[in-house]
Amino acid sequence: MTRPSDRIFGLVVILAALAYIASALQVQASFLSDPVGPKAFPIAVGIVAILCAVTMIARPDAEPEWPAVRSTLAIGIAIVVLVIYAYALKPLGFLIPTAVVAAILSYQISPSPKVSVLSGIGLSIGLFVLFRFVLGLSLFGFPRGWF
Amino acid sequence: MADLLANLSLGFGIALSPYTLLLAIIGCFIGTIVGALPGLGPANGVAIMIPITFSMGLDATGALILLTAIYYGAMYGGRISSILLNIPGDEPAMMTTLDGYPMAKAGRAGDALVISGFASFVGAFLATLGLAVLAPALSRIAYEFGPAEYFALYLLAFCTLGGIASNNQAKAALASCLGIGIAMIGLDPNSGLPRMTGGNLHLYDGIDFLVAIVGLFAVSEVFFFIESKGKSGAAGIKLRGRVTVPWAEIWTTRWTMIRCSVVGFIAGVLPGAGASLGSFMTYMMEKSIAGEKGKFGTGVAKGIAAPEVGNNAAAGGALVPMLTLGVPGSGTTAVLLAVLVTLNITPGPTLFVERPDVVWSLIASLLIANFVLLAMNVPMVKVFVKVLEVPPAILMPGVTMVSFVGIYSLTGSYFDLLLVVLFGVLGYVLRKLDIPTVPVILGILLGSKMEKQLRDAMVLSDGDWTYLFSSTISSVLIVAAIVGFILPIFLRGRIRKPQRISD
Repeated sequence: MTRPSDRIFGLVVILAALAYIASALQVQASFLSDPVGPKAFPIAVGIVAILCAVTMIARPDAEPEWPAVRSTLAIGIAIVVLVIYAYALKPLGFLIPTAVVAAILSYQISPSPKVSVLSGIGLSIGLFVLFRFVLGLSLFGFPRGWF
Repeated sequence: MADLLANLSLGFGIALSPYTLLLAIIGCFIGTIVGALPGLGPANGVAIMIPITFSMGLDATGALILLTAIYYGAMYGGRISSILLNIPGDEPAMMTTLDGYPMAKAGRAGDALVISGFASFVGAFLATLGLAVLAPALSRIAYEFGPAEYFALYLLAFCTLGGIASNNQAKAALASCLGIGIAMIGLDPNSGLPRMTGGNLHLYDGIDFLVAIVGLFAVSEVFFFIESKGKSGAAGIKLRGRVTVPWAEIWTTRWTMIRCSVVGFIAGVLPGAGASLGSFMTYMMEKSIAGEKGKFGTGVAKGIAAPEVGNNAAAGGALVPMLTLGVPGSGTTAVLLAVLVTLNITPGPTLFVERPDVVWSLIASLLIANFVLLAMNVPMVKVFVKVLEVPPAILMPGVTMVSFVGIYSLTGSYFDLLLVVLFGVLGYVLRKLDIPTVPVILGILLGSKMEKQLRDAMVLSDGDWTYLFSSTISSVLIVAAIVGFILPIFLRGRIRKPQRISD
């Protein structure tokens, strides 16, 4: 199969759109109904999306340059780290997760341990000061109960 | 005319208060930095700043002035990396690389920055005046709009955005569907019952467009930097010596600047066209007027002035449909529209009557911001050139953290942060596949309104679909939408979007 990216994406969109339409069909209609109702518009959007996806499968564009395995891995690590960050921000406070995550991201962009550690620590403290004291946001620097 | 002056004096009354003035200056400064940094465009810059602005508790006027000043600033700043690095700081600045970089390579980097700075000023200033004149007039027409007309208008925005601004209609339309589909998630406004939530309680309030904007624009950019390992790939040109103003050369571009302001402004007003098209059209127009003798592409003043006037004039023009009709003309104005909606200000004709203070202080602030930006971008340009030396390994983690904290301090929910990451991945994949992300944002923003207008129209007509064509305005808009979507398919073979020149 030539030019698989657009075709695979088109297929994914068709499946997602079908699921979306199926989900729209399940929407409860209330007794206060209007002529269109809550189902019609989402279903129409799903159908248009399927038409677009079919066009993409039929006439795919030139293949994009996907990153090499190593870069893909680096992006994967970045995604995992960011997900962990999302969960860690509340229980662990701002400073520690931010320093770790910023350092890891920095290392993924430019693999120099010294620069990454310094930019992690620097960004964490610098942004905390900026957010907390200059902009006055309510942020907790440390896990609750430490101080 | 008397009205206009009275309104402007009302605006200047607010805009000249020290606090508002300070906000405008801060906005200009941040904006120019954001614009100058390659990879961070005006849409990113404004998107990252929105949550922070809200958490600071600025009032509507203040927040809007700060963010619009960032928007204008980014438009000015975009040229700096175009000229010095041959990498556009943002998409609209792409055409500036064509003559700006050759001039800088010929040892005239300072002249190129000054000429383009003046050009930005002329374009943005005239466009802001145009905004002050055209917006109230257009808002009077907008009073005629009912549900059918608004539905047609939204359709037009989606169609032209997909039609003009993308390389592939199907992909642009798919992006719109994606956005509208996401907008449907949450409680149905008419019945109050949940839709498309999959039973997830976090989704009952729908997906906040700020989350989508930050993910699609800022986080996806980080992934691109990781992929390229932060390599910019071009040799930067150093700015040496004193920066002087080449008055004579600027004077030779006077007619170019005036022509391009008009064309750029019109390109900006058209929904979906935006600044990139503005700079493209003005450059191509000046190139054909100058002909072979003009030596466009070798580093001539007119070639630098034209696209910069064009994109800054379009930036001002794009505010017209955003403020008067609630339909953004470009990606960044879509983000600004999100700001207005979040601030509980309904853009549209009533805005000019009910909240003249907001509109006119915004316009007055923008006029002031232009002078501030001129000062920052001509005598002080060296400060911003320094910014280009910040390595991406520090910059991009910083951008990520600012985005996350912004969203977190606004919603306090880890679920929204997860969504930000998810939208970041989605944005990366979409951009890889050359599927535009701006229609997704527009869809999330306008999707529910579009549905509501359609349903209201059907309630009015008791389910008669021909009602959508019952007025001249809505018929014209729908026809324009269809033409705007289909026509570029045929034009695409004839007018090629210029791709980046390589060294």
